[in-house]
Amino acid sequence: MTASNPEFEADCIRRILAGEKHLFHDLIRPCERSIYFMLLSLLGSEAEAEDAAQETAIKVYLNLHHFRGDSQFRTWVLSIARNEGLGRLRKTGTRREDSLDAEIDEQTGDYTPAILTSWREIPSETLERKELGALLRKAIEGIPEIYRNVVLLRDIEEMDVRETAAALGITEGAVKVRLHRARALLQRDLVPRLKGFAPKRKGLFGWGA
Amino acid sequence: MRIDCKHVWDHISAYIDGEVDAGLRADIDRHLETCEICSAVLDSTRNVVVLVADDRVFELPAGFSERLHARLDKELELAGP
Repeated sequence: MTASNPEFEADCIRRILAGEKHLFHDLIRPCERSIYFMLLSLLGSEAEAEDAAQETAIKVYLNLHHFRGDSQFRTWVLSIARNEGLGRLRKTGTRREDSLDAEIDEQTGDYTPAILTSWREIPSETLERKELGALLRKAIEGIPEIYRNVVLLRDIEEMDVRETAAALGITEGAVKVRLHRARALLQRDLVPRLKGFAPKRKGLFGWGA
Repeated sequence: MRIDCKHVWDHISAYIDGEVDAGLRADIDRHLETCEICSAVLDSTRNVVVLVADDRVFELPAGFSERLHARLDKELELAGP
């Protein structure tokens, strides 16, 4: 994630609206990742998410004069991305079923974590291994949409609670509850499998054999 | 106050984010000192958070940015601000 810079954004927007159109590239670039991953989370297809991301960027440009600066620019952009994604889901009637189930399921707590005392340290060097990335992506794709969106914005794009709540149109309390549930689901799913990624040399990362 | 494992698990995410109040944090810390299981759950949950945040796990598709900006160039030419 690139940290937002309200002064740069405000200056950029003013100049774009005054005719320096090319500056839009610089304005939207820090938001690209968040736009794409939010749409990927909603739509579940890389090709569809990329197309929707392009449409989102165009809509942001065309509506730039509506941005009032009372929210962060990226939050505003992400709400446009979210509407774009939801509009596509409505059109095709292919809203992912998990999201419908999950909307009812808002209770907190009540989970049993995976208990593996042998997986304690971060296998950072093994991250280079492609399988680990695939494993993590698959785990995140496997959790219900309402949790996936929150993990994506909070833990992957590292947005704060307030910004995440604004982008998703939910309360800050709901962000915290969903994040807790999401992490619990991921921990339970991933930890038994990540254990296989322990380095061979015993003790290097504090793992037991 | 003595708290049980379930209580620790319920607050683990907020604990990782530094969002539990001082009293609860002290209770959890005291529990963690003697509970190997909760320590492992905390460490592994924190590891999961660190791993998913790694940029190498979630990469944009190759050429994504180039295609986006090429499309924007076309639109910017057509549209007025």
